[in-house]
Amino acid sequence: MARWVERNIKYIFILPSVLFVAVMIVFPIGYTAYISLFEWSMSSTQAPKWVSFGNYAKLLQDARFWSALGRTFYFTLISIIVELMLGVIIAVLFNRKLKGINLFKTLFLLPMVATPVSIGLVWLLIFEPTIGVANRFIGMFGLKPQMWIASPSQVIPSLALVDIWEWTPMITLIALAGLTSIPQDNYEAAQIDGASSWQMFWKITLPLLLPTVFSAALLRIIDAVKTYDIIYAMTQGGPGYASETLNILGFSLGFQYFQLGYASSLLMLFFFLVLGISSLIIILRKRIEVLQ
Amino acid sequence: MKTERVWTERLLFLLVIAITLIFLFPFIWMLLASFKTQAQILSNQSIFVFQPTGENYATVFRDYNYTRFIFNSLLVAFLSTLFGLVLGLPASYAIAKYKQNGLAFSILIARVIPGISFMIPWYIIFSKIGLVDTYLSLILAHMLVGLPFIIWVMISFYENLPHELEESARVDGCTIQGAFFRILLPLSVPGIVTASILAFIFSWNNFMFALVLSGEKTKTLPIAVYSFLSYSNINWGALMAAAVVITLPILVITLILQRYVVSGITVGAVKG
Repeated sequence: MARWVERNIKYIFILPSVLFVAVMIVFPIGYTAYISLFEWSMSSTQAPKWVSFGNYAKLLQDARFWSALGRTFYFTLISIIVELMLGVIIAVLFNRKLKGINLFKTLFLLPMVATPVSIGLVWLLIFEPTIGVANRFIGMFGLKPQMWIASPSQVIPSLALVDIWEWTPMITLIALAGLTSIPQDNYEAAQIDGASSWQMFWKITLPLLLPTVFSAALLRIIDAVKTYDIIYAMTQGGPGYASETLNILGFSLGFQYFQLGYASSLLMLFFFLVLGISSLIIILRKRIEVLQ
Repeated sequence: MKTERVWTERLLFLLVIAITLIFLFPFIWMLLASFKTQAQILSNQSIFVFQPTGENYATVFRDYNYTRFIFNSLLVAFLSTLFGLVLGLPASYAIAKYKQNGLAFSILIARVIPGISFMIPWYIIFSKIGLVDTYLSLILAHMLVGLPFIIWVMISFYENLPHELEESARVDGCTIQGAFFRILLPLSVPGIVTASILAFIFSWNNFMFALVLSGEKTKTLPIAVYSFLSYSNINWGALMAAAVVITLPILVITLILQRYVVSGITVGAVKG
């Protein structure tokens, strides 16, 4: 018995996890694909109606879908660009041997582990136009009070600000780990050649840090596209539809309007979008590694 | 030259403090507001100087029954992490040992794809078999968040573990499974701690799955705090107190076990 187990250990150890993932993910996604071919509102009186690719055709003509797609990219783009720049700058700053720096690095971890929903609600109070601290803060610089998430044009940047607060620390953390793995003799050699610290940053630190930052960016892009908690907690996609991203739209179609077939077609497109972005970035990363 | 250096260092240090304070500010604000009355929050007085009240916390525990939600969240997070480890530890060991990268990749896909793309089938199936508003459905759903992460962390842990110990056990006549349970598992504690803390935090923080799958009986903390918004007049103080109740345990755990949290977040992202 023990021998038989040993001979097949590879399968015995892995099978439970694979089965679990298959039952919980692969089968449901297949099911979503199947439902997406029906018109179905989960009512007991009306049976699902076969519409073939009708839902997809309808989706591609739905202005609400296209706006949600655009907003998803807009939100992701602002968040990622700011997070990458800010994250790397702070990492370089934190990488100096200053007294007590470890305490600051530890405190810096907190935004990314805090419960997003509760943090979203704290930011709701911060952004509150009349009593919130955000308007008081910009008031100190002589700026006029803003509407923040209550304004259709400011809501996405405001939500991105919360995302930036939450996730810049992750970029910093990963960049810090990357910085410590850069061999010191690079800098010593450059110093002997009389390079300034500015030159060393551009010629040594940044190029050697790039693969690490790239991995961090990959993880962040995938998560930013899927951002749900803070948006749902703070605006539920409002005001109007001004902050409705694909995730939020899919959720409302499915669980508020119960248009299960239509929602499923959107979720399938969203699924392929995320998968596409991930593979694209992985390929790009391989290219960069080859170049180096 | 030397004094100039000292001044740059001091300036940089001030900058570090300023940045940290800015990033900590929402927490400070949350904590302060949780001790304020509604009138104090709505007024334009000083943010920092006020007469503190514990009334908000009393409201949260007495009127909103948060002990119950804390229990729900703890139970789901604990059990989903535990079952995730039971499935994930042997799997990650075998994947590392037999270099099954394709398989590892397919399990990690679960980390990438949007959770919402399988929510509708889950909801349909779980309501058909009567699992909506049960702990089981939440635990299964949260395992899906924890498991890929556990496997991810543990694969790189087992890849970096020296093989000698395992081999000497094998020479002494131990089977592979025997060596795994008796020798490797005890050695895996640091990796297990890293994987479990983060799996626990992910489950504790999870909102979307519980939003669909939980009900009155099994409501977890994120759902409970969100339902504060459904009242027409938001009780800001109590809302902030509830946010503190959810967030504080996670912050304390992170501060105490920060070394493990850091290695969990950076694993895989830095090429060694």
